[in-house]
Amino acid sequence: MTAESLCNLGFAEAARTLAAGETTSRELVSALLERCAALEPSLNSLTWWSADAALEAADAADAARAAGDARPLLGVPIAIKDLLNVRGQPCTAGSNILKGYVAPYDATVVAHLREAGCIFVSRTNTDEFAMGGSTETSAYGPTRNPWDLSRVPGGSSGGSAAAVAACLAPAALASDTGGSIRQPAAFCGVTGLKPTYGRVSRYGCTAFASSLDQVGPIARSVEDAALVYQTIAGLDPHDATSSPRPVEDSLPAIRAARDLKGLRLGVPAEYFVEGLDPDVAALVRDAIAQCRALGAETVEVSLPHTRHGIPCYYILAPAEASANLARYDGVRYGLRASEANLQEMYESTRAAGFGPEVKRRVILGTYVLSSGFADAYYRRAQRVRTLIRRDFDAAFAACDAILGPVTPTPAFPLGERTADPLRMYLGDIFTVNVNLAGICALSLPCGVTPSGLPAGLQVIAPAFGEPLLFRIGAAYQHATGHHLRRPPLPAVP
Amino acid sequence: MNYIPSIGLEVHVQLKTRTKMFCACPAHREGDEPNLHVCPVCLGLPGALPTINREAIKKTVQVGLMIGSRIARRSLFDRKNYFYPDMPKNYQISQQYAPLCIGGALEIEVAGARKTIRVNHIHQEEDAAKITHLPSSSEIDYSRASTPLMELVTEPDMSSPDEALAFLTALKEILLCAGISDCDLEKGHIRADVNSSVRPEGTDRLGVKCEIKNMNTFRGIHRALTYEIQRQISVLSSGGTLRQETRRWDDDAGVTLPMRSKEYAHDYRYFPEPDLPPILLDDATIDAWRAEIPELPAARRARFVRDYALSDYDASVLVASRPLADFFEETARASSLPKAAANWVMGELLHALDEKSVPLSEARITPSALAALLKLLDKKTINQPAAKQVFAELFENGGDPAAIVEKRGLAQVSDASAIETFARQAIDANPKVAADYRAGKQPALMYLVGQVMKASRGKANPALAAETLKKLLA
Amino acid sequence: MPMQFSENADRMDVRYVAALARISLDDAEAAALQSQLDGILAFVGELKSLDVEGVEETQDASGTSGVHTVWREDVPLPGLDRDAALALAPHERHGQFAVPKIIE
Repeated sequence: MTAESLCNLGFAEAARTLAAGETTSRELVSALLERCAALEPSLNSLTWWSADAALEAADAADAARAAGDARPLLGVPIAIKDLLNVRGQPCTAGSNILKGYVAPYDATVVAHLREAGCIFVSRTNTDEFAMGGSTETSAYGPTRNPWDLSRVPGGSSGGSAAAVAACLAPAALASDTGGSIRQPAAFCGVTGLKPTYGRVSRYGCTAFASSLDQVGPIARSVEDAALVYQTIAGLDPHDATSSPRPVEDSLPAIRAARDLKGLRLGVPAEYFVEGLDPDVAALVRDAIAQCRALGAETVEVSLPHTRHGIPCYYILAPAEASANLARYDGVRYGLRASEANLQEMYESTRAAGFGPEVKRRVILGTYVLSSGFADAYYRRAQRVRTLIRRDFDAAFAACDAILGPVTPTPAFPLGERTADPLRMYLGDIFTVNVNLAGICALSLPCGVTPSGLPAGLQVIAPAFGEPLLFRIGAAYQHATGHHLRRPPLPAVP
Repeated sequence: MNYIPSIGLEVHVQLKTRTKMFCACPAHREGDEPNLHVCPVCLGLPGALPTINREAIKKTVQVGLMIGSRIARRSLFDRKNYFYPDMPKNYQISQQYAPLCIGGALEIEVAGARKTIRVNHIHQEEDAAKITHLPSSSEIDYSRASTPLMELVTEPDMSSPDEALAFLTALKEILLCAGISDCDLEKGHIRADVNSSVRPEGTDRLGVKCEIKNMNTFRGIHRALTYEIQRQISVLSSGGTLRQETRRWDDDAGVTLPMRSKEYAHDYRYFPEPDLPPILLDDATIDAWRAEIPELPAARRARFVRDYALSDYDASVLVASRPLADFFEETARASSLPKAAANWVMGELLHALDEKSVPLSEARITPSALAALLKLLDKKTINQPAAKQVFAELFENGGDPAAIVEKRGLAQVSDASAIETFARQAIDANPKVAADYRAGKQPALMYLVGQVMKASRGKANPALAAETLKKLLA
Repeated sequence: MPMQFSENADRMDVRYVAALARISLDDAEAAALQSQLDGILAFVGELKSLDVEGVEETQDASGTSGVHTVWREDVPLPGLDRDAALALAPHERHGQFAVPKIIE
């Protein structure tokens, strides 16, 4: 197989190809490494990769296969967002404060993939502590969008989305707190899933906002996303918020999915308002029409509290983050900026270790929890959160799943929003409410704008509705093929 | 003008569990190497998440049941945010809004007067790491981090240092009895924050409160309270005013001193712990936990008095320790001789344990062996001195009393003709003493009985010997 | 008594809050953050106009996932190797994590 065809292999395809002996893990990993070397200087999607470690792991997988190990994912590489602990690898969370921290344990999701035979060859760039919508707050430089190197890939999982879009890995693990999987997936023309809260373990995923974070896959097809998801999902005794509900196997249904007959799909009136880029709107409407053509009935629904999601999110997430990031203090691991005295050590370590966006959110979060203000901000936001959940409950009484845009615009230019945090936050309008409600959503490539930028169709389902998301996504992808389109990157010699 | 003190306590108790509160690391023990039992959770590593120790919840709920609290059907954990190097996450997982146990009370007795001290609530939290302060640095051992703590907060119902001490003593008694904590104060198992205020007699409103934090000996608490109450009274009676503050007790100087107020010390920014779903407790669980609570000392004492006809005093001595009370009760039931069992447990057994400095758990004698011994004595198969010999052997080496009696030939001689032979010998050998007895000197009989005992190598039945002698001398 | 909030009830004093969060700021940073956060606070404060009468707080995500009463048996499990833990330390001494002196 050519290097290009190896790199183009999807996650499930790579597994099948390896199992069939049509290639070796070493060949596959070597091709990917070459491609990383060629493209990374312009993309900066990876914060770490090691040719030695990768080839060693690949060789070990090949040897195991030769010895009779028949695990389905044996030797398949997967990229890991630099928020997730992988034993023996650095874990920076895109921050200076974790420089030098080498993970002494595996996140549960990593352990599941490891048990299935996957190998971990690269770590992807992220907004610092997952706080951002463009991967520009990373302490390790911004990642560029493979479709247009002058633009952002989205965030916070911009590294994962760019790497998968550029075929530097067949799939990646990422995390989504307010849209951090779905938005970069939309900006980069790949498929991303934010699972139901509690569906996938958070143990070992550096926490940003505990009641909102979920780990999920970014891949080049629904089948791939589902395969990764099914490998990592399920109850974890280390995560008290994880659900004991059994994980269904959706793969047969995905492979057979051809139509959407019998489904009622809701389209929220509040999602198609002024402010939605016309090119994105057009592509999303096309997608909705496509779903009708596939046999679904579409109905208008209302999510009246949509626009209150962003202020609600930007109170609750920073509040939880202010406590989650308190542990980064120079005492036990990571950066220590001073030995003068304890207070000095705390304050200078956190001043030097955290970037401006993190500081903004930690300070904001501390404030909204503080005595005298917690009622007006934090507790009020918790009540608005209930209203947002109720919106979805009511809408799902009238439909099986909701369709809409993922983002109000396509990928924007690097640097365009960095001076204006609020403007950055407003880009989350369609994604945050899914996290606030704890339900699940899928981002599907639905075409490219006239300026050559991808747009994403968001499918939102009730809690534990992942099988429905996969059915809808798979039928849509089978009919449209938008997900097969690759960014116009220079060919790798 | 008389002032009435009001004292409230916030008692922190380290629970006796095998693992920590929010991770499955082994609970630390004094003497462990530093940082021996740590994991991503109790070190506060990126990505770590807490998991609740069910046994700790059970023990906290059991304390609530023992003191008559209402057990919350829905209980929540909260984050208490502050920075300190002994805090791995720089927040402590505690309970602020929905603690496990609400209300409750403990009865105390001081100088013969009974009083009920109300408890406001009991909640669960985790202990901090152990920090050692050196001249120019500090060192931290995270083995103790996340040890399960139970915090019990009383109402300010105590009116004297003696009452505070009585409360702590009563609390310690039930904690020990139910196996909640080892209550070893030297190991820091119990620490208390002590609040006190005074108000003029005849008024209702409590005075300005002052808190003395982190007291870890009962004696220290008593001394600190005594001093502090007097200090407050002095200030007020000389026309001064008191400030609400936190003070520390200087045991060497014997005074409380103001602590340097820490800026930002009190905004803990409590919010519900998002990593831990609520605890919903149903009746079945609470009932099962209640059934595991052993009988408390007060109830057991009353039952001993009632069922075994023991005196209040004897019952109190026996229930002082649960193993002792268990030993007594098993012996009493096996022998059906409760009074004898009480005497021997309080007498010979305690004496032997004390003399050999051996805890009851290590004594070789079993309740069934003691019971058998008591029955032999009761049937007069052996006499008192012989019984003591058998006891000594049972204590040292264990075994079966009947076998020991047989082996050492300790069976009491009650054969009338044998006794008569010894009695005649004694009379013949001691004509003067015999004459003294006939002359009316009662003690002379005892001397002759002693001679019979000697001649029989202690085996003669002394009562029978006395009878026989009297008959012969009549 | 720390006076950290001005008469204008919701104007955050960035320096005070940053100190609570143990982050030191130089003057330029403090000024920039103050103005950014004033803007963000005004934006999120928009929620005050919502009627939330009678609406309960979502205190935890288990309302959606239905998870509650999650606990573990009191059985020890292996944790981190002591050396692995100490290897993370910026400054380790005598098998403990060392920090500079605490000025009270």
